[in-house]
Order: sequence, then C-alpha cells, then structure tokens
Amino acid sequence: MSHKFIPHTEADIRRMLDKIGVESIDDLYRDVPAEVIFRGEYDIPSAMTEIELRRHFEELAAKNKNLTVFAGGGAYDHYSPSVVAHLLQRSEFYTAYTPYQPEISQGTLQYIFEYQSMISELTGMEATNASMYDGATATAEAMFMMVASTKKRNRVVLSETLSEAVINVVRTYAHYHGINLTVVPAKEGVSDQEAILKEMEAGDVAGVIVSCPNRYGIIEDFTGFADKIHALKGFLTINADPSALAVLRTPAEWGADIAVGDGQTLGMPLQFGGPYLGYISCSKTMLRKMPGRVVGATKDIDGKRGFVLTLQAREQHIRREKATSNICSNQSLMALYATIYLALMGKQGMKEVNRLSCDGAHYLCNALVATGKFQPAFPGKPFLKEFTLRTDLDMAKVNEKLLEKGFMGPLVLGDGLVEFAVTEKRTREEIDKLVEIISKEA
Amino acid sequence: MSKILDDIRYADSHEWVKLEGDIATVGITDYAQHALGDIVYVDMPEVGDEVTKGEEFGAVESVKAASDLISPISGEVVEINEALEDEPGLVNQDAFGNWIMKVKVSDASEIEGLLDAAAYAKICEE
Amino acid sequence: MKYYDKLIFELSRPGRKGYELPADNYGHDSMAELPADLLRKEDLNLPEVTELDVVRHYTNLSNKNFGVDTGFYPLGSCTMKYNPKINEEVAAMPGFASLHPLQNPDTVQGALELYYNLQHALSSLSGLAEFTLNPYAGAHGELTGLMVMRRYHESRGDSKRTKVIVPDSAHGTNPASAMVAGLEVVEVKSRPNGSIDIEDLKPLLDDTIAGIMMTNPNTLGMFETEILDIAKLVHEAGGLLYYDGANFNPLLGRVRPGDMGFDIMHINLHKTFSTPHGGGGPGSGPVGVAEHLREFLPNPRVRKTDDGRFYVDFGKESLGSVSTFFGNFGVMMRAYAYILSLGKEGIRNVGPMATLNANYIKENLKDDYLLPIEGVCKHEFVFDGLKDKSTGVTTLNVAKRLLDYGFHAPTIYFPLLFHESMMIEPTETESIETLDEFIDVLHKVAKEARENPEAVKDAPLTTAVRHLDETGAAKKPILTYKALQAEA
Repeated sequence: MSHKFIPHTEADIRRMLDKIGVESIDDLYRDVPAEVIFRGEYDIPSAMTEIELRRHFEELAAKNKNLTVFAGGGAYDHYSPSVVAHLLQRSEFYTAYTPYQPEISQGTLQYIFEYQSMISELTGMEATNASMYDGATATAEAMFMMVASTKKRNRVVLSETLSEAVINVVRTYAHYHGINLTVVPAKEGVSDQEAILKEMEAGDVAGVIVSCPNRYGIIEDFTGFADKIHALKGFLTINADPSALAVLRTPAEWGADIAVGDGQTLGMPLQFGGPYLGYISCSKTMLRKMPGRVVGATKDIDGKRGFVLTLQAREQHIRREKATSNICSNQSLMALYATIYLALMGKQGMKEVNRLSCDGAHYLCNALVATGKFQPAFPGKPFLKEFTLRTDLDMAKVNEKLLEKGFMGPLVLGDGLVEFAVTEKRTREEIDKLVEIISKEA
Repeated sequence: MSKILDDIRYADSHEWVKLEGDIATVGITDYAQHALGDIVYVDMPEVGDEVTKGEEFGAVESVKAASDLISPISGEVVEINEALEDEPGLVNQDAFGNWIMKVKVSDASEIEGLLDAAAYAKICEE
Repeated sequence: MKYYDKLIFELSRPGRKGYELPADNYGHDSMAELPADLLRKEDLNLPEVTELDVVRHYTNLSNKNFGVDTGFYPLGSCTMKYNPKINEEVAAMPGFASLHPLQNPDTVQGALELYYNLQHALSSLSGLAEFTLNPYAGAHGELTGLMVMRRYHESRGDSKRTKVIVPDSAHGTNPASAMVAGLEVVEVKSRPNGSIDIEDLKPLLDDTIAGIMMTNPNTLGMFETEILDIAKLVHEAGGLLYYDGANFNPLLGRVRPGDMGFDIMHINLHKTFSTPHGGGGPGSGPVGVAEHLREFLPNPRVRKTDDGRFYVDFGKESLGSVSTFFGNFGVMMRAYAYILSLGKEGIRNVGPMATLNANYIKENLKDDYLLPIEGVCKHEFVFDGLKDKSTGVTTLNVAKRLLDYGFHAPTIYFPLLFHESMMIEPTETESIETLDEFIDVLHKVAKEARENPEAVKDAPLTTAVRHLDETGAAKKPILTYKALQAEA
C-alpha cells in the first residue's frame, strides 16, 4: 500500500481506524450508496517509476518538433532570462496557496505588489490587479467592468482588429452573460473609429474595445478617440501587448479607462499556449469594479511595512452572486515570472527588446517585399514586431517547406494575407535563411 | 446597545429615513454600522439617479463584508454625502449624523409603511 | 535571518542592468521612424538592478512564504497535497517548453497526445465521456460547465431554463459563476449537516430550472447520501446536474461523479491532481461532460483519428471559446505525470487515505473543539471553534496561534453555516506523525486559551510581520510603488 506520495503503513492504518472507531476503510464510505462505489478497473496505465516516467515524456517530446518561430498571433518567442526559471523553482513560492494568512505570505503578497506596480508603469494606469487567466479572458472581464460601470447600458462595441482568439472568447462571455456585442469591421487594417462612434449614438453602448498593436501588427492611432467616447458617456478599453508598452504610447496616454492584454510577451515560454497571464489595469474611478485579487500596502501593529489582499468585499466569497466576477485566484506564479523578468530587463532592456524586434521585423518585411512576391497588406501603416503581407503564393505549401527546414512560417490569415513576427531571439542569419527558402519556393 | 432615534423612520433592512417636505434623507442605522464593523467604502448612487423603494441603491463595505443598501423610499437622488467618499469611517462615528443620500420623493405616503423607532428596536433585539 | 524589508524598486540604481541582449546588426533604426505620436512619452520607471540583486531579493522574499514544502497546510477545501518534484522536471522539458500553440499539428503530436491521454484518464477516473482541459482554474471550469448547461438547453430550443439551483452551503464561487453565465441563482436550503433538503428542493424543480450545482461531499465534508434520489428528481424535471470538483479528492479511487448521475463536472488539477497552487495560480479546471453533452464542449478540442493521429477540432455545436489557446498546458503536464506516477492501482488509495486522515484528526480533537456534526466525514470537516467559548478566544485567534507553531491555518469562517467555522483538510500525503503533531499543538492552543486567553489573542508573535491593518489598506488603497512613494 505504501507509495512515495502516500505514507500510510498497514500499522498506521490500523491505529487510525481504531481511533476513529471503525473496522475498515470501507466503513469510511458506508454513507455512499453501494451501487456507486467504483469496482471496475481504471483505463489508465499501471504506476510508472521516475525512470519510466522520464522515458515516457522523452518519447512524447520526440514526437514534437522545436521550430525557429516566425509567427505570433498572440504567442511570441521572446527571450527568457535563466534567472526567472530558477527563482520560480523556489518551492516556498510555488507550493504556497493564495495568501490568506498574510503574516506567513509576505513573499507572495510583496511580489504581487511589485507586479501591480510594474504593470501600472507599463500601462500608465493607477491600478492593476494581481493578474488574470489570459489576455482574452481579461478582455471579457473589461467588457463586464464597462457594463457594470454604466448601470443601464448593455452593449459593447468591439473592433474587428482585435485578434480572432480574443474576439471568440469575448463573444462567448457576452453571449452567455447577456451582453449585446457589436463587432465593427476593420477599415484598411485598423479600427473604423467613425463607424464605432456611430454605433454609440444609439445611447446603449457601455464601452468600446480596441487593440494596439492590432491583429495585423499595426500600431493604431487613437488620437482624440477616447474624448469622443467619453463625450458619449462610454468607456474605452485598449488591449495592448505589455512588452510593447515600454515604447508605445500607453493606454493611459490615449485616455483609456481600462487596459488589458496578455503577459506572455514578458519572456514567458511558449509552452504550447500556457500558462501565461492576463493583466488588467484601470483608472482609479473604476477600481471598485475591477475583478480579481488586489494587494495593498499597509503596516502591522509594530509599524512594520507589510502587504495584504485588499478590496475583498467585491469578491465572490463575500458577495456570491453579486460579486463583480467569479474570479477567485490569479496566475500568481506567472505574475512572479513577469515581475522578475521586468526587474531584470529594467527600463533599458525593455527598450532594447522592442528595438531589436522592430528592426528585425522591418528587415524581414523589406527583404520579403524585395522578392517581388509580397506586398504590404496595409501600405504605410506602422508596425513593431509583427506585420501582414499580401501574396499570391500558395503559403500552405511554402509553410510545409519551411517546416522541413525547421522553421515555423507565417500565420495564414486567408484572402492572400500572411502574418510574420520577429523577436529579439531571431538573428539576421535566420531571417536571411527564411527569405532564401521562401524565394526558392516562389 | 445601539442608538435608535425616535423622530425618524426605519426599514427592516437597517436604513433610516427622515422626511422634511418632499426631501428624504437616507442613511444606515447605528445597529447596521455596528454589525458591519469598520466601514471602508460606501458605494453611493449618482445625483439624478432614480431610486425605488425596496430596491438596491448602493452598498457599504467593511473589510470582510459587504451589504447592499436598500432604498426605503422612491424618488430622484438630489444630493449624496460626498464626505463619505474620502472618509467612509464617518458612518461608524455617527451613523445618524452621516447620511448617505437625499431623495426628492415621488410618493411621500411611502413613509407610512416604514417602521417607527419602537418597531425597529424590536427587530434589532431579535 | 535579519528581517528583509525592501521593494525591488528600492534597490534600483541608475545605470545598473540585469540582462544582456545581442547587438542590433540590422543596420537600420526602424523604431526611430515610427510616428512620434504613437510612442510613449511618460518615463518608464522599472528597476535598474543587477542579476545578483534580483536573485537575492526574490530568494529573500521566498523566505517570507509558507508552502507545502515548508510544513503542514491543512487549508480546508484547498487540498494542499504534496507537489511531486518529478512533475516540475517533466513540465520544464525543452521538447514542450518551446512549442508554439499554433504550430502545425503534425509537429506537436507529442503535446496533443499528452492532452488527449489526460482527457482520457480524467474521463476514466470520473465516469464522464469527454473532458476539455482548456479552462484555467476551478472558477473558470464552473463557468465553462454552466455554459455547457446553457448551450444544451439552447440547442433544444428550451429558452425558459434560466435558473440554476445552488445550495446555501456552496462555495461562493458557485453563485458568482452562475451570475457570470447569465443564470439566475435559486438557493436551496441545507439541513443542519449541510446536505441538501430534498423536500425544500422538490418545489423548486420546474421547467425554468437549467440544473443544479452540487458539491459532494458537501462543504462540511459530508457525503450527500440522497444523491441518487436528487439526480433522479432533477433529471425528471429536465435539468442537468453539475458537480463542483473542489471536493473530488476523497472520491478519487472510490466513487465516480458520472456514476452518481452528474452530467457535468470540473476538476481542479491543482487540488486533486497535485499540481502546485503557485501562490494562487496557474491552476487548471478541466470540465467533463456526459455523452449527450460532448458536442457542446469549448473549442479548440483535441481528438484522435482512427489511425492514431491527434488533431485539433473546432466543433460547430460548441459553446464557443473560453481560452486563447489550449489552457494551461504546463499544468496539465504535471497532472499527467502524477496520474502515471500513481497508476491505476495506486490512485485507488488517494481518496481513502485522505478520508482516513481527516477522520483521525476530527476524532482526536473533538474533546477541545466543537464538532457540530458527528459521524464519518470525507476528506475534510468543520469545527465550530473552541468548545469552551467562555474565554473569548475565537477561531481567528486559534488560526493565528497555529502560525506561531509552524503550521498553516485551516480555512476559517467558511462555511457560513457556523459562526466560528474552522475547516480542516489534511490530504492523503501527510503521515500520522505530522497529524499527531498538529493534534498536539491544537490541544496546546486550547489549553492556552483556557489558561492565558489574552496571549492567544495577541498571536501571531513570531512571524515576519504581525497583525496587519487591513482596514487602513481598504480605506485608502495603496496599490503601487508610485502610490506608496506619494504617501511617504
């Protein structure tokens, strides 16, 4: 019976049953109807030792292919400093639960406070919560916040320039929650601001969601947009890549009320889609409508600085069906990831990451256009690390060829559009090689 | 023992209301502030909002509890107690002195359905 | 150790750095050509620190934390079992860590196979037909499960079913998830032992009910003995049964929710399947459904062809998407490793040993602590504070005193059915020696409460910080370093 994860010896079990006053383990389940006790065999393998387990995982890993990634679409192959993974393996961090007992959870509480501070720096907003599941669900929560902040308005307008994955999640949340969602088609690759404002004239729109950079990689210009939305008594949410905010105009500078996005770009391993984190920042006036955990600074009875979970009265364990959200945790360890990453990179490193990605992306873009087989899909529109081209090539075939050579080629968006991404991890040699393979196919 | 004033009316959800002309001043009772503990936030309506008797118009929060505010009377909010935005703890200091909203009532007779001090005191004892 | 009290920002010195990046050899500063209007104006106040500064800082912070690896963590409803180290090792394998979620499925067959195998294992362990692993956490699983419920009724054109029944003893997440899913909550009363009052339930079951959310064993750790009758009644009324998997651990290896009549459930991989809680996440909240609900599961799904290839499927009848990609894949890897480590035989001991441990603590402490419900519990149970209430020592005081003795506190003041709730869940990974130490300490605290109650009320005395001013923090929220500086 004894297993390395289950310490009970036969003698222990006997002693414990005697203390409890029952004969057998079966007696501990005598309140369960006999017909639902499972007497069959589970369809899972027999126990593996560590040696076998490692082998099994190695076999599975061998069926995957690590590629040189030239695609993004919401997950980017950024550099992860060695230090981050090492510190995340401190088991005092990863084997702890939500910091319910602040006296013995100051480690967690303090890094969340640092995380909130750093994300607030990036977004320019006054408040940030302890993190959300991912960028898409954070965007859906922003939609709830806007509706909750406007009492009688139940419609949200979303620009089609958000990534498809984000739109799909927001659509799902809106449908079941009972919010009317209007998706306004893009115009030349960017949000159709006029059409969005026109939608708002009906007076039932709580807010607008746009993104920057958008699904095509374009850095959109929102000059004057927030003021016009505010004049119509609506709110503005901007979904933004937090890494890019080190150099791009911030949601606060655009006048947004809420900023959301996916933290994956802060050096998080691709890991087949997760774990990453979502962030949500807002202006002080919307703080009480913000979902999730929030950490605040305070003092203990001896006057020492300390940190606590705060504003808990908004949360589900107190308000139940009247809570602002059903969120009752965060992606805490990934918030620690983001915090350590941003501490290492600092203000200078974050600028360099963007500069390298931006220069590499433009270098690739120019090289592809120079082949004569690609044209910019949206000429003149500025981009950072991701860009969209138009081509007549059979890109499914080109991508097959690239795969053979160990590359993940661009995302195929349909209608002849393809989207490439370049990070600081890509080298000029890799880019030259990519262009060479594509040229040969062409 | 919580304080109960004689000259005003009460709702069983622990709000008090004082009617002067067609303006009703609304707050939470001393009993309610005691039960909640240190109040950290008062979620107030906006001036111009319509409130309805028996329906929620805001909430009071302490560190580990939150309680909806139920309007004891119907009408239009004409003033809110802005001092509570910065100092919600004033409600703990004096729940009757620190009102939450003033309402221009649409039907003054609604006040007749509310509890008097004696009836409210009985509820608090239970 | 000397008390460490710095924020990373306070270590910052202009000009220091903690990274090295390749030189920019593209020969052209493209960023300089971006329109100035689109660029950030505000200074970016991130720390400027060296690598060693960062390593020491976060190592010092970790020392101010208590985890399962530090000591016994009997937090009720959270299933703080041991997090095996091999799980961490395999989750970090480079063959998985650098996979892009949108890679061609032919190049991620190993990842898809793992996802598929875990789906399949969870199905077998729970008696449900198919799982999605996309939801990120228990609450997210609840929401997804309720969306399945709504999608099912919607697909039948049954638009009247807008209410969901939730027991008053349920975790707060249940009603909150229902609200987010657009369902109206109807509360059903509990009997004194926390189980559903079937007579109170009957009149609620009409054609406006989408289903019921149940926790079994319930939040008092007691098994719902009438579950089969409840399932029959709800199904006859056209509703579905949702199983809150927060309390699945005591049933693992013994009882399958699918066999009890549940149609939908979520599982917390970070509870039952040993993945780390990570200080609050990332978790994973897979959702399983009975055969007739499979087509409604969220996109994307991972499925297998007859010739053994794994592929990504987007179903038309699906409720939609609840995640950007495939959920917290790294967490799934750990849960999969755990299941394989125990195997089909070993896993049978999980629920029984968790149940044995809980009952052992309960029987040993009921002389000093008030046990409101007698009888065999499952993986956890609730005391209503100290038996002797005359000393004025509360559950909060006891919890804080436990910290001084090197234990994490139980869950306190939940469930709400009692005033002084203290919910204890030991899990199966703790030995009798650890349980005995815990029992001794709780007896000692009860004795202190009788002999010197004021000292217990001052606890904790030995922690890095002591009682923190939560009221001040909530009245005037200071949520960033910038706000903290403005305050100083």
